[in-house]
Amino acid sequence: MIWNEHAECMPREDLEALQLRRLQELVVRVYHNVPFYRKKLQAVGYEPGDITSLKDIEELPFTTKQDLRDNYPFDMFAVPMSEVVRVHASSGTTGKPTVVGYTRRDLDIWAEVTARCLYMANTDRKGVIQIAYGYGLFTGGLGLHYGAEKVGASVIPMSGGNTEKQLMLMEDFGSTTLACTPSYALHLVESLEKSGKDRSKFKLKYGIFGAEPWSERMRKQIEDRWGIKAYDIYGLSEIMGPGVACDCDVRNGLHINEDHFYPEIIHPETGAALPRGEKGELVFTTFTKEAFPLIRYRTRDITTLHDEPCACGRTTVRMEKITGRSDDMIIVRGVNVFPTQVESVLLEFGETAPHYQLIVEREGTLDKLTIEVELSPALFSDTVTELSHLERRIFHRVDSVLGISADIKLVEPFSIPRFEGKSKRVIDKRVL
Amino acid sequence: MIKQISLFLENKKGRLAHVCRAMGEEGINIRALSIADSTDFGVLRLIVDDPQKAEAQLKKRGFLVTITDVIGIKVADRPGGLAAALDLLETADVSVEYMYAFLGKCGDRAMVILRLNDAAKGLEVLKRYGIEIMEESEAYNF
Repeated sequence: MIWNEHAECMPREDLEALQLRRLQELVVRVYHNVPFYRKKLQAVGYEPGDITSLKDIEELPFTTKQDLRDNYPFDMFAVPMSEVVRVHASSGTTGKPTVVGYTRRDLDIWAEVTARCLYMANTDRKGVIQIAYGYGLFTGGLGLHYGAEKVGASVIPMSGGNTEKQLMLMEDFGSTTLACTPSYALHLVESLEKSGKDRSKFKLKYGIFGAEPWSERMRKQIEDRWGIKAYDIYGLSEIMGPGVACDCDVRNGLHINEDHFYPEIIHPETGAALPRGEKGELVFTTFTKEAFPLIRYRTRDITTLHDEPCACGRTTVRMEKITGRSDDMIIVRGVNVFPTQVESVLLEFGETAPHYQLIVEREGTLDKLTIEVELSPALFSDTVTELSHLERRIFHRVDSVLGISADIKLVEPFSIPRFEGKSKRVIDKRVL
Repeated sequence: MIKQISLFLENKKGRLAHVCRAMGEEGINIRALSIADSTDFGVLRLIVDDPQKAEAQLKKRGFLVTITDVIGIKVADRPGGLAAALDLLETADVSVEYMYAFLGKCGDRAMVILRLNDAAKGLEVLKRYGIEIMEESEAYNF
């Protein structure tokens, strides 16, 4: 079922005409309201009125996470704070988070695009949706929540964790749709199996999973063990939150809500625009966001775009499941983690950051992060008590800055490999 | 104050043997040793014949080494000999962070290494009540 046929099944020429109008309006708007963008646009010689075709977007500068960091927290907002009715935050590359903001109208658009995704996942007013994404600064919980209310589903705002209660209420309330990270979905079914509960008493039919990369193999596992159809929802806070794209029953890629979020694929090193069908880094321009509009934001996600017609009837461009990233960010238990965050924590313990390495494993269904820290003479204390104390202090700081608990392991000098050029700071042993 | 070598070792197979072999190759003679261990790592403490040379050579081989000042005392080699010295420290409110003994003896004395939380105060109390303090050379040449 399709939530918004007008928008999702628009003939390509009409869609592209709409996109061009919106692009022109966007660039004028940020030129006048966001000093950061005015400077950047002037630097490439842009003036209001210069955009005459969609292809002109390739002349515009990119926006990176570093730009957001440099303008922390609110300097890139295009409206005064009095117009901002919501603030969300996600992981930054250093100690400070990445901050995003929304006006009332932005929240309406967010609910609209998420509603489209929920309809793709066969969740409508008859649905009982259990939202086990985290509610809070993270965009997952609240993002799905408003979309779910918009389609009229009965929303159970569980947030994350408390697995026993999740299963109890899922059974008692008769949830028909589950919204959470794919690894948590697996964790839930594993707990269900261990508990000896009767799966046939559950009414779960659909799942809408995202916030971390997952393979087709993992999708099949979830679907087989739960007996449901699992859909892949994509988004990132900087662009909106969940709801940027989602896959349909045809399972041939995720439909991007491109009337609001304009996608491009670029070469990760040169920045050159790549045609449909070629793999590269996904870049988004947000046409309609008022509080926090972005031009050509580099997501660092690697994928391919396809625009052949889809059997579902939607004309929107599709993206393949994300296969990797062009930076060293990893996602652990649904939380974005940048090795540089670890580095900024370790810098608190001395003048130079010691050598470190992140090791990610999946034990059963949940991710485990171990951070190996090479002890240096500066950090070395003569007693086990003091060394254990150091490990605990690092653990607490990592938990506080990254938002995730990691095993801290002190290791001998020179035991972490050195690299010429870019260090490989992450060893990801997971098979997703 | 006696210079003790402290080494950080991961709790991995062969690490201890590796260190001892390295010291053997460098001609370093161990006089006393002790290991403090936890699940993932251990701190190896050594009294050697030439601590400065040992530190330099072990560092060159990539080990994490530090030199810690410790006190050596000589107590009567009979039951209660050590307790007398420890009682003194306790009364003076000085804590023992760790200690270990030399095996073998010097005459009728037993030699014990102590790391105190307040070395200056500890030394003063021990000396005042007549506890014999080891000379550095006595430790290195034991």
